Amino acid sequence: MPSLIDLTLEGRKVAQYGPWPRVVVDASVWTFAASELAHGRWNLLGLWGEPATVHMAIMDGQTAEIAVVSLDCPDRTFPSVGKHHPPALRLERTINDLFGLSAQGSSDARPWLDHNRWDVRFPLGERIDALPNAAPYRFLAAEGDGLHQIAVGPVHAGIIEPGHFRFTASGETVVRLEQRLGYVHKGIDGLMTGASLARGVQLAGRTSGDSTVAYAYAYSRAAEAALDLVVPDRAVFLRALLAELERLANHLGDIGAICNDASFALMHAHCGVLRESVLRAAAAASGHRLMRDIIVPGGVSRDIGDGGAEAIQATLDNIRLRFPALVELYDNTASLQDRTVDTGTLKPPLARQYAVGGYVGRASGRSFDARRTLAYPPYDSLRFDVPVLNEGDVNARVWIRVREVEQSLSLIEQILSRLPEGPICREVPLGGEVREGMAIVEGFRGDVLVWLRLRNGLIERCHMRDPSWFQWPLLEAVIENNIVADFPLCNKSFNCSYSGHDL
Amino acid sequence: MRKLLFESVFRQPLTERAPSPDDAAMAELATALGQAGRRRLGRSLSIREVDAGSCNGCELEIHALNNAYYDVERFGLRFVASPRHADVLMVTGPVTKNMRGALERTYDATPNPKWVVAVGDCARNGGCFAGSYAVVGGVSEVIPVDLHIPGCPPAPTAMLQGLLALLERADAGAVTS
Ligand code: SF4
Repeated sequence: MPSLIDLTLEGRKVAQYGPWPRVVVDASVWTFAASELAHGRWNLLGLWGEPATVHMAIMDGQTAEIAVVSLDCPDRTFPSVGKHHPPALRLERTINDLFGLSAQGSSDARPWLDHNRWDVRFPLGERIDALPNAAPYRFLAAEGDGLHQIAVGPVHAGIIEPGHFRFTASGETVVRLEQRLGYVHKGIDGLMTGASLARGVQLAGRTSGDSTVAYAYAYSRAAEAALDLVVPDRAVFLRALLAELERLANHLGDIGAICNDASFALMHAHCGVLRESVLRAAAAASGHRLMRDIIVPGGVSRDIGDGGAEAIQATLDNIRLRFPALVELYDNTASLQDRTVDTGTLKPPLARQYAVGGYVGRASGRSFDARRTLAYPPYDSLRFDVPVLNEGDVNARVWIRVREVEQSLSLIEQILSRLPEGPICREVPLGGEVREGMAIVEGFRGDVLVWLRLRNGLIERCHMRDPSWFQWPLLEAVIENNIVADFPLCNKSFNCSYSGHDL
Repeated sequence: MRKLLFESVFRQPLTERAPSPDDAAMAELATALGQAGRRRLGRSLSIREVDAGSCNGCELEIHALNNAYYDVERFGLRFVASPRHADVLMVTGPVTKNMRGALERTYDATPNPKWVVAVGDCARNGGCFAGSYAVVGGVSEVIPVDLHIPGCPPAPTAMLQGLLALLERADAGAVTS
C-alpha cells in the first residue's frame, strides 16, 4: 500500500510551502488518491479551487501524515472525487459554483451555494452573466404511499441561522431529509483575494462567530507557516487560553440548548448562566466577550488585562462547583434520556468515511482531535484526554461535550499556571514573492483548516474549511427513521455552522 | 438533586445577587423600559429575530438576552417564533443576496405597526463584507430600518439599551409604520 509520501514523490513539489508538502499531480494520480479515499485508507481534509486548479488536502488516518495534491485543469474540468468518495460531492459543487470548474463523472451536478441571485456566475473564476431564469432547485425524490413533505426554512422558528430543510415523512417518521444551504454565503473567499494579512484575519474571525478564536488562530498559523514565523511563547499560551475559553463557552451553551430542545428548560437556564460567566471572564481578560480580533499573525494583539487571570480563575472555580450537579441532573433524568439515548445515531463506519471531526466524530468512535493528533504547541506540552464514545447518538454527543468541558477546565488551569512572561507579538515580515501555508486548528466544533498563498505579503488565495462541511451531510443520514419532533435534538447535538459552511 | 436546583433557583435570583455597576444599569433599564413599553403597547413587545447573513456572532448575544442575567422577559420583551406574532423584527447580518427574498417575505408577513431593528455592524452597512458580489449591504437597502444597534456583536446590554431607545421614539410618535 502506498503511503502519502510515495504519492508526493509522484508529483512536482511546490516550493515555499509549510508545514506540509503540496505537489502538483496529473489526472491519474488525482484519481488514484480519490480511490484511496474511497477505500478508507486516507481521509479527505478539504477540496477547493482556484481559477484553473483544484486542490485536495489528504491525511493518512494511521500516521497522521498530511499532504495537498493539486491538479491543473486547463479545460475547466477535473476527474470527480465525489464519484468515488461521497464526502467530496458538496465541495465539488461549490468549486463549480465559484470557479466554473466541473467535476467529470460526478453524480450530482446541481448548484450548491449559487442560488442564481448573485447577478454573476463563477464569481471567482471566469465570470459570466447569471442565467436569466434558473431552473428550480431539484430536490431528490422520495416516493412511496402516503409520504408527505415538510419544507422548513430558510427562516426558522428560533434565533438560529438560515437554511432550508426538506423532510419527507411517513406519518411521524422521517424517510428522507435533504438540506439546502448557501443562504448566508457572503463570498469570503472572494473578499480574501488581494486583501492584506490584517484584513484577512478580520474576515477569518467573522467566518463563524462562535468560532472566532479558532478561525483567527488557524488563519494566523497558516500565515506564520507560510512566512516561517515563530511566535513568542507567551502568545502561544495565550492563544490556547482563548481557544479553550471559546470551547468552554460553546460546550456549556450547547449542553443546555440540547436539553432545551427536549423541553428541559432547567438545564438550559443553568448552563446559560455558566456560559455567561465564561463570556464575562473572557471580556475581563481580552476586552471582548467573544474574544474577537485578539489572535493575529505574529502573536496576539493584546495581553490579558489587569485581573484577567483572576477573573478566569474565579469562573473556573465556580464551574467546578456547579457543573457536576448539572451533569448528575442530566444523568438522572429519565425523561430527558428517553429523548437523547438512541436518537439520531451516527454509526462509526459512516463517521470514518466522512472523517468527521469534533464531538460528532468523537461520539462515533473517531478519536481525531487536532490538538492531540497534530500536537501543535502549546498542546504538545499540556496534559489532556480526548474522550471517545462509540454509541453515536444524541446522548453520546452530550457526554463528549461534558467530558470536554472538564478537559478544558484543566487545560485552562495548566495554561494559567505556566503562562510565560515576555512579548506577545512579533513583527510580520512581508516574505518572499510567493509563500504558501496551511494550518489545522481544533475549534469547539471540530477541525478548522486554512490554506493560503501570499504574494508580496498580500493574500493571493485563501481557503477556509469549516468542520461543518463533513458534519452537515451526516445530519441528513442520522435523522432517518427518527420522528420529525426529534429533529431539533439531532440538529442541536450536531450544531453545525451555517455561516462557516456557506462562507 | 432536582429539588436542590429548584431551591437554588428560587432562593437567589442571579439578577439580584452581588450588585455591580452592570446590575444597577440593568435595574434602571428594567424600570424605564417597563413604563415606556406599557405606555405604547399596553403589555409587551414581541420580537422576531431574522438572520439575513450574519456570522452568527450577533445571534449568540441575542441568545444571551434570554439568560438569567439579562432575562429580557422581565422587561416585557419576548422572542416569538413567527413574524406574524411580532411587533419588532431584529435583523442581523450584511443581507446576503441569497437571503434578500426571505427577508422581504418575513417583513411582509409581519403585521403593522412594526419596527425593524438592525443589529450589529454588518446590518448597518455590510460591515467588513460590504462590496462582496454575494452581499446586498445594510438591512436598510432591503427594508426600512427604525434603529441600528452597533457593535460586532453588540453586547446584550447595548441591545437592551437600543430596544429602550426604540420604545421611546415610538412613544414620542417619531416612528410610524
Ligand atoms: S456584526 Fe459582527 S458579530 Fe454581527 S454578524 Fe457582523 S461580523 Fe458577525
